[in-house]
Amino acid sequence: MSDLTDLNIDRVANLARLALTPEEKTKFAAQLGDVLLHIEQLGKVDVTGVEPTAHAFPIYNVWADDVAQAGLPVEAALQNAPAQRNHMIAVPKVIE
Amino acid sequence: MSSDLTFKSIAELAVLLEAKKLSSVELTQATIARTKAVEARVKAFNSFDETDALAQAAASDARRTAGQARGPLEGIPVGLKDVISVAGQPLTASSKMLVNFVSPYDATVTRKLKHAGAVLWGRLNLDEFAMGSSTENSAFHTTRNPWDLTRVPGGSSGGSAAALAAGEASMTLGSDTGGSIRQPAALCGVVGFKPSYGLISRYGLIAFASSLDQIGPFTRTVEDAAITLSVIAGHDPLDSTSFKTELPDYRAELGRRNGPWRLGIPKEYFGEGLDPEVAAAVQAAVEHYKKLGCEIKEVSLPHTKYCLDTYYIIATAEASSNLARYDGIRYGHRSKDAKDAIDIYFKSRAEGFGAEVKRRIILGTYVLSSGYYDAYYLRAQKVRTLIRQDFLNAYKEVDALLTPTTPTPAFKIGEKADPLAMYLCDVYTIGVNLAGLPGLSLPCGFSKSGLPIGLQVIGQPFKEAELLSIARAYEQAHDWHLRHPNLL
Repeated sequence: MSDLTDLNIDRVANLARLALTPEEKTKFAAQLGDVLLHIEQLGKVDVTGVEPTAHAFPIYNVWADDVAQAGLPVEAALQNAPAQRNHMIAVPKVIE
Repeated sequence: MSSDLTFKSIAELAVLLEAKKLSSVELTQATIARTKAVEARVKAFNSFDETDALAQAAASDARRTAGQARGPLEGIPVGLKDVISVAGQPLTASSKMLVNFVSPYDATVTRKLKHAGAVLWGRLNLDEFAMGSSTENSAFHTTRNPWDLTRVPGGSSGGSAAALAAGEASMTLGSDTGGSIRQPAALCGVVGFKPSYGLISRYGLIAFASSLDQIGPFTRTVEDAAITLSVIAGHDPLDSTSFKTELPDYRAELGRRNGPWRLGIPKEYFGEGLDPEVAAAVQAAVEHYKKLGCEIKEVSLPHTKYCLDTYYIIATAEASSNLARYDGIRYGHRSKDAKDAIDIYFKSRAEGFGAEVKRRIILGTYVLSSGYYDAYYLRAQKVRTLIRQDFLNAYKEVDALLTPTTPTPAFKIGEKADPLAMYLCDVYTIGVNLAGLPGLSLPCGFSKSGLPIGLQVIGQPFKEAELLSIARAYEQAHDWHLRHPNLL
């Protein structure tokens, strides 16, 4: 298992696109340090030759027939958008 | 109308409704009156709509008069955890992120409940995004345990458990990712049932950890759980993890199965940390099964001690991925202070999510990040295989397992400030989710201080009919489930 000191909270918060206050960083780093310390014991399990389980029951690709079906009307699909214009979601300019 | 009516089982109410001794409008009015009388203290709901509920009840009565009643849930007021979509109704996940969100469509379970004629009554509180074991992580308010208002109802489906226990609905739905139905059911003294992973469609359920989440009912009796399961179970093309399997008439099956069963007692579930009163109540339940002629056998699930860690890696990893959708762009909270498009992500998520959700996103992002994936996430998935194998090995010798649902009865609000202490509340329930098994909690006694205690029955994959029959064999000989908290 990895070294606990590796939890670089700034790096991880950036990956998660989450702005944290300095207080949150200090608090979460300490609390998650405790959790990670607990998790360390998984390193003791012998998993040689064990297949990983993604789902409890074997589920493989599920195919649907390629048939067009009615979806949500535009108004319904956009009703929760924080900002919209001309049947589109409005966001600040991305490219200068 | 007396509050007695709101404490009747679905099976009892269905008889009264069918005989026209009771109308759905009368029952719904009684439910509304009871809710108004107790809700200021219990705080189980995020919202409810009286006018809408009474309109649904009137429509139900009209169907019955026309001879078009749709079965045992016709006209019954049911509450939904606020992570299950109802078209045109709010859907908050008890989060500031979704405080103004209105569902554009029905969840599959909602559609099935409507089709069965149920009266949809209210949106029930939970820990934000179903992350927690007490409802203290709700962004809105903490729900109280109806048996002791200074204590938690459990979580994350605490509102669903408390509303049923307090007589504010005749059945409620919750979701269970690591014990979020069974733990609050145990703490509030009602039946809570998490069926096998894949038996009930998750379409329209707000995702937490997709390989573990499962919808299930809170009911007054095991029979009511069987009735509800027959309505909401079944394959759904809109959920690609929904399982194709034969569905029996679960209620009818209850009468056909009388045991005796071979029941396993996993020794790892009776160790350190188990409250003596809980241990004694569960032991007495085991003795009851012995008297019924069941063969009781001690079994071992050797990887039990790794369940909690495995769960917190897998669940947070999946959550960090699922919750990436809350970016302030398409729906949900958008920060007013963002300076550009990317900043919308950072600030909207910072403002919209509460502390526990942020903690889990951080942990989940970390265990999935480059350089740590193999050590944490992949290893946890392999240990998950071993945990599941433990259960399948046990089922070579026994039909089902009996365990406590929780280590202790309901704890005080504010008692577990440390996240790790809170995580340990789920120690007996998470293995069931990791292995995808059905698990049910039913009342099996009370502590000296008057708090409910739950017995967990864990069944084999997709053998819900057998699991329900085993639970009912205990319930029929006891009256714990007939006790109600005195809130008036």
